[in-house]
Amino acid sequence: MTATPAGGAARFVGARVNRVEDARLLTGRGTFVDDVSLPGMLHACFVRSPFARAAIQGIDTSAACALPGVRFVFTATDLNPDVREQWHTAVGPASPETPRPPLAEGEARFAGDPVALVIAESRYLAEDAAELVDVDYEPLPAVVDYAEAERAEALVHESHGSNVVGEIAGVPASALDDVFASAEHVVSETIHQQAYAPVPMEGRGLVVDYSGATGELTIYAATQVPHEVRLFCSRLLGVPEHRIRVVMRDTGGGFGQKVMVQRDEMCLMLAAPKVGAPVKWVEDRRENLLAAGKSRQEHAAVTMAFDADGAIEGAYIDFVQDCGAYPTPWPVTTAAAVGMLFPGPYRVPRAGFTCKDVYTNTVGRTAYRGPWQFETLAREVLLDISARRMGIDPVELRRRNLLHRDELPYANPNGMTYDRISPHETFEQALAMLDYDAFRSEQSDARTVGRYLGVGMSNYVEPSTPGYGYYGTEAASIRVEPSGAVNVYVAGGSSGNSIETTVVQLAADALGVKIEDVSTIQGDTAVTGFGAGAAGSRSGSMTAGAVRETAAVLRDRLLAIAAQKLEADVEDIELADSRAHVRGAPSTGISIGELAAVAYFEPGSLPPGVPAGLEASERYAADAPVIWVNATHVCTCEVDAATGQVKLLRYIVSEDCGPMINPAVVEGQIAGGTVQGIGGALYEHLAYDEDGNPIATTFMDYLLPTATEVPVIEYGHIETRSPGPGGHKGVGEGGAIGAPPAVVNAVADALSPFGVTMTRLPLSPSQILALLDQ
Amino acid sequence: MGEVTVHVTVNGRERAESVEPRVTLADFLRDRCRLTGTHLGCEHGVCGACTVLVDGAAVRSCLMFAVQADGAEVTTIEGVASSDGDLSPVQAAFRDCHGLQCGFCTPGFITSATAFLRDHPNPTDEQIRDALAGTLCRCTGYQGILRAMRQAADTARVGERS
Repeated sequence: MTATPAGGAARFVGARVNRVEDARLLTGRGTFVDDVSLPGMLHACFVRSPFARAAIQGIDTSAACALPGVRFVFTATDLNPDVREQWHTAVGPASPETPRPPLAEGEARFAGDPVALVIAESRYLAEDAAELVDVDYEPLPAVVDYAEAERAEALVHESHGSNVVGEIAGVPASALDDVFASAEHVVSETIHQQAYAPVPMEGRGLVVDYSGATGELTIYAATQVPHEVRLFCSRLLGVPEHRIRVVMRDTGGGFGQKVMVQRDEMCLMLAAPKVGAPVKWVEDRRENLLAAGKSRQEHAAVTMAFDADGAIEGAYIDFVQDCGAYPTPWPVTTAAAVGMLFPGPYRVPRAGFTCKDVYTNTVGRTAYRGPWQFETLAREVLLDISARRMGIDPVELRRRNLLHRDELPYANPNGMTYDRISPHETFEQALAMLDYDAFRSEQSDARTVGRYLGVGMSNYVEPSTPGYGYYGTEAASIRVEPSGAVNVYVAGGSSGNSIETTVVQLAADALGVKIEDVSTIQGDTAVTGFGAGAAGSRSGSMTAGAVRETAAVLRDRLLAIAAQKLEADVEDIELADSRAHVRGAPSTGISIGELAAVAYFEPGSLPPGVPAGLEASERYAADAPVIWVNATHVCTCEVDAATGQVKLLRYIVSEDCGPMINPAVVEGQIAGGTVQGIGGALYEHLAYDEDGNPIATTFMDYLLPTATEVPVIEYGHIETRSPGPGGHKGVGEGGAIGAPPAVVNAVADALSPFGVTMTRLPLSPSQILALLDQ
Repeated sequence: MGEVTVHVTVNGRERAESVEPRVTLADFLRDRCRLTGTHLGCEHGVCGACTVLVDGAAVRSCLMFAVQADGAEVTTIEGVASSDGDLSPVQAAFRDCHGLQCGFCTPGFITSATAFLRDHPNPTDEQIRDALAGTLCRCTGYQGILRAMRQAADTARVGERS
């Protein structure tokens, strides 16, 4: 077996091929949603609630409407009645969803809640007019602290009857009483993760263009999933799916924030037929930090039981997550994943969980790279705390419990069956890259001179490439054009995941053509088959399957035509470098352009059974319900005990994502996720004050990691083939899963002489100094 | 609102445009000149995506009004590569080193880096990190960007010697 789809020689798959996206993006020729400009286009701006919770007594739009250049000011009464259906395909129509009015109706439920939508001739005018919309608010008591939400008198959604969105439990704690009563060591802590967010450099945005004469709607979108935008919009407006076209060429990052249609976007869709002109809405950074959604913000009481040798006997997690006012989508199943995955890549004989989701009057929860990653944070931080309390080295504790390959497949006690992973191997590789023993001696030398170095580590196993329901298939169409040039059409769309380059590499190998002969067209629902987009670390594996299935059809045709032309057996024909030749006689070959000319222009001379043309479309259905991925993060740091400053020194990631399609792309994904995780551990906090006012709505307050803070990331690769196409696995999310606990553990290790326990993120200087002062 | 005429040379082309005084240079370049390679990531001068060169200096075009550029020479990302499409050494280094993923912040990095390397042809790694600290990227973790800066600096020096 090779990593190649459709049996071609692997020339480009596995290579650090330069990206095909780069030429346009490096020269300012990309097309992001804000770059789209249509004749007569108008501009939108939202009026947003300044209160965490307020009754809307009335809205006076007259002054705004009177401003020259203002075309419309819509409120809930204008837009909300037009909603036909609103549900996301991933969760389905039967899900017990949060009521999600496009514009706030009667009550604003978080500071930033869209209350009115202004449409004007320029963004400047729209912002002017938004200031003139007079909303009569009556502030109401708000639910701000999610830990108190369940007991709060105020209800975020009166109609729901409770601030608990939902709850899912596994084996109850009481069923583990015997384990925890008899174990040699039982360690419990409550671990907290603060609110932080995907924060793509490009915010959300849409251009909607409705043609009343034809009933056609074109949407240019910043999205990770153009086909879902179309399908959602079709249901929302009751417009047939084929009357809607969604186009995205370049999306400026998403990381989960752009996988679902949110309320703001619904407003633009609903406004489109009323306006009679194209409308653009592109949120600014303040709106993005105020209203695009938050992630993380959760805590859990976690307990582990160990025998006298440190072998894990049981694990329990009691998890609560803040869903804000309008979580998108229904958050309860993601929360359950935290419970189910809590045992991680370890031998854990008994486990249980409860997972609770609560509403608050804050911005809604949205997906973010590894939405369930709290399980890894909680487990790995607890393991280090346990190791310290038991007097066992944290490496040794993990070695005693990590799963080995000969134990696979392994069903964790919550019913998750891991297979084709290598947690022991990635762990040992990462430690060897660090030289763990050498670091420990360096650390003890440093302590003698009052310097505090630390090492932290984390292991995780992650479900990638969901192979069921909405996510379970992916399509590719390939046209070998009459000249022999190849076009590959997949749903895709560039959002930073290098999916164009990936497709070109896969198709070039699958068809045996030069890479420069392949181009790809993506992100346009008018010409690509349905796909569930860049989510769930699925694009690589699913697209590899789609390209493999489709290329196989064309490959067979090319071989048949070549065999006839070259008067040889089909089995003796090879395709390479955009030519077909008889095995062992490359000089006798024929170019793919000549084969294509026969297919298109001499249909009468084609071999029996070979249809005219070289065009094919196939849809791949996933081979496996899930593809497991694992990795180890190890990092070292120095903490300045006087200032609380943390400096990361080395950062090592050993990941097993199967055979890599493009190592540069894989490492780029790992690095990006890792630095997002570092940001969450040390800097980023989407904070609110106690009245529910957001206090981090600029980049002066919401601190993203910069080039001065990030360590050089070192990569180790272990390769275990997945059951999917080419053996590839997903690699988009893992960095953000592994990094926070590795960083927390390194800081805690550095400060272990002070006897502090780190259970709250972010580890800002003030937080660290507060702990040291205790 | 009254308008003011602005004379500005953008990527070598002279322009005279009438604009409202409150229009930022970024919006002027994007909307009036249709040079949409200059991106807006925060509109409050922190992310650096909108950086352009004004009389050679790297400037955040979201913090400057178009009228303030009157009489200036402006270079945007569209003016960095040669007119026949050859990438500049900085652009080529970003391509070679996987220094971009979604590409939204990239124009700001390229313009900032171009000015920095012109003024600091022999930078240390620390100087490179400091120089880039005012430009935010959310995709790459800066890994490829830092490698690209090193390559671009080293290539330029080799170029000088030959």
